[in-house]
Amino acid sequence: MPQTLKACATLPHPMAPIMTPVTRFIRESEEVFTFDLAPEQVAPFMPGQFNMLYAFGVGEIPISISGDSHAPERLTHTIRAVGPVSAALGKLKAGDRVGLRGPFGVGWPIQEYKGFDVLLIAGGIGLAPLRPVIYWLLRHRAAYGRVGVLYGARTPDDLIFRAELEEWRRTPDFQLGVAVERAGPEWTGDVGYVTPLLSKLRFDPADTVAMICGPEVMFRATALALEDAGIADSRIFVSMERNMKCAIGHCGHCQFGPHFICKDGPVHPYDRVRNLLSYREL
Amino acid sequence: MAKADEAAAVITVEGLQDLLRAIRARGYRAIGPTLQNQAIVYDDIESIDDLPRGWTDEQDGGLYRLTRREDEALFGYSVGPQSWKKFLHEPRLRLWTAERRGEDTSVTPEAPPSDRLAFIGVRACEIRAIEIQDRVLVGDLYVDPHYKARREGALIVALNCGKAGGTCFCVSMHAGPRVKHGFDIALTELLDGTEHVFLVETGSDEGRAILEQIPHDLASSREVDAAEAVIAQTASSMGRQMRSDDLNELLMNNLEHPRWNEVATRCLTCANCTLVCPTCFCTSVEDASDLTGERAERWRRWDSCFTMDFSYIHGGSVRASTKSRYRQWMTHKLATWIDQFGSSGCVGCGRCITWCPVGIDITEEVCAIRGCDASAEESV
Repeated sequence: MPQTLKACATLPHPMAPIMTPVTRFIRESEEVFTFDLAPEQVAPFMPGQFNMLYAFGVGEIPISISGDSHAPERLTHTIRAVGPVSAALGKLKAGDRVGLRGPFGVGWPIQEYKGFDVLLIAGGIGLAPLRPVIYWLLRHRAAYGRVGVLYGARTPDDLIFRAELEEWRRTPDFQLGVAVERAGPEWTGDVGYVTPLLSKLRFDPADTVAMICGPEVMFRATALALEDAGIADSRIFVSMERNMKCAIGHCGHCQFGPHFICKDGPVHPYDRVRNLLSYREL
Repeated sequence: MAKADEAAAVITVEGLQDLLRAIRARGYRAIGPTLQNQAIVYDDIESIDDLPRGWTDEQDGGLYRLTRREDEALFGYSVGPQSWKKFLHEPRLRLWTAERRGEDTSVTPEAPPSDRLAFIGVRACEIRAIEIQDRVLVGDLYVDPHYKARREGALIVALNCGKAGGTCFCVSMHAGPRVKHGFDIALTELLDGTEHVFLVETGSDEGRAILEQIPHDLASSREVDAAEAVIAQTASSMGRQMRSDDLNELLMNNLEHPRWNEVATRCLTCANCTLVCPTCFCTSVEDASDLTGERAERWRRWDSCFTMDFSYIHGGSVRASTKSRYRQWMTHKLATWIDQFGSSGCVGCGRCITWCPVGIDITEEVCAIRGCDASAEESV
C-alpha cells in the first residue's frame, strides 16, 4: 500500500525513541499547539500517518503528523493538551528535545484517488491529520477534481491554523466551510455542525472520495450524511483513535474487532468499520 | 526444529538425569516444573530431584489442588498456573534508559538477553502457544528483539502428556496432546509396575546431538506402542470439550448476545485468565524518572484487556463495562485472532478455567452462546 511507509520497521529496537530537537513552537489556541521537529534520520511519511512522541520522563503518545509530506525533514505535529504527556509536550520550546518513533500506520489514500473530487471533513483537532492532505492537494491540484474542506470547532477561539484558513478561503478552486457550535456576536460565519454545510459544496458523488477526522460521534454522523449525498461508503475514509502503547502491533491496546488501529489504521475505509462501530464499547 | 524424524530411543530415569546434565553442559539454563507454593511452577532446575516426583493435580473451574500419586511419575500432572510465556515474553522488562545532560539526551536500549534457556517438559499445547506468540512478536512487520533472542536461544524438551487435566481441551483446539513439531527432544513417560523409562524422539540437530551424548537404547515396538497408548488415553480423557471450527462467525455474529450480560454478573475483571493464558501478549509501558529528572526509564509489563485503563482515551475508557471487557477477551482469543494472525488464540490448556476465581469456563460460555447445553457439547 503506497500510503504506508514504515522506515522504523527495520530498527533493531523499535520501542526506543530518538531524541529529536524542537525547531519551532506555535500556540494555536488555548489548548492546542504545534511544533516542528528536525529528525536526525529523515523518514518519508504519507499524510495520515502518525508518530509516537515521548516527553522526557513523562510518557509517550501517538500524534498524527500535521505537516507537509513533501518536506519530511520538518516533522510537524499539532497537539491538544488533555493529559499528562500532551501537557508536558505543550511546555516545550525551540531547542528542547522530544523522543520520536515513527512514522506508523496507514494514511489517507490520496494517491489512489487521483482524478476524483475530494471532500475533507474535520472536527476539532481532527483538522491536524487532514492538513497534510490539503498540502498534498494544493501541490498536485491539477491531478484532482473539485476540492472541498469542512471544518467544525466548538467556538471561534478553538479554531486552529487560522492564518491558513484565511489563505485557503482565498485559494481558487478550493471550497472551504467553517462552522462553530457556539459563538458570540462577533462571529459572522456558520453556527452549528459541519454536516449541513455539505449541501453548499459542489462535488459529483459518483466520483468523490471523502476523508473524515474527528470524534467518533462526529464521523459517524458525517459518514451518514455523505452516504445520503450519494457517496459510496467504500470511498469514505475515517481516521480512528484508540489507546496505544507501542504502535507496532504488540501491545494489543488499540484493537478494534479484528483491526489494530496502529497498523491496519488509523485510516480505515468506512465500509470496513461501520458494522463494528454499531456495537457499543467494542 | 522439525517433526520427529527417526526411530525413537529409550532412556531410564538415570538417563533423564544424564540428559539434563548434558543440556546444562552445553551452556543451557535448564527450566522445568518444580513444586512451589502448592503448585507446579516452572523454575530453574539442577537435577531431576527438583521435579515434582510422585505428585499430580486436580483441576476444575476455580479449583487447583496437588495430591500424591501412587507412583513415582516425574511428569504426572497437567499444566500449572504459569506457562513458558514468563521466560520468552517477560512479565516486566526494562526497554531502555535515557539520560539528559544539558542539551544532550541519550537513549540506551536494553540489550536483548544472551542466555540460552532449555525448557524441560513443554506440553503440546504450550508449543502451540509459543508458535502463536512467535507469530505476533517476531512474525509480523515489527520484531520484539527481547522475545526473539530468548526464543532463538531456547531448547525445547517437549513432553507428551500422560494425564489430561480436569480443564484440558487441547484435542478440541487441535493443539495436543501429542507433540508433533516445534521441539528439539520429545519425551513420553512410561510407567508400569516394574519399569520407569522415557521414550525419546528428536526433532532437531541439536536434539540429536544431545541424545548422542547420553546412554540410550533403541525403543522396542512394545515401548513405542506403550507411548502411543499413553497419548491416546490422554486424548480420550480431556476434562473439557469445545467445538472450535466455527467460532469466528459464531461469536462475531453474537456480539449482543444476552450471555455477555450474564457472564458479566460473575466476572470480577481480575485479569487472572489473561495472566495465566500462554498466548495473551498484551503489555503496557511505564515511564519513570529519578528525582533529578535527568534520568528516565521505560518498562514494559504484562497488561490485561480486563483493566479499565487498557482502553482509556481522552474522555474515558472505550470498554467501561465488565460485559465489554469479557467480550473483548473472548472474541479476541477465539475469533478475531484468526483474522489477525491466521489461527485461534486458544490452545485448550484450560488455565483460564482453573484460575478463574469464580470458575468461569470458556467452553461453557461458548456453549451458551451457541445455544446448546453443556451436556450436548460433550458429545460434539
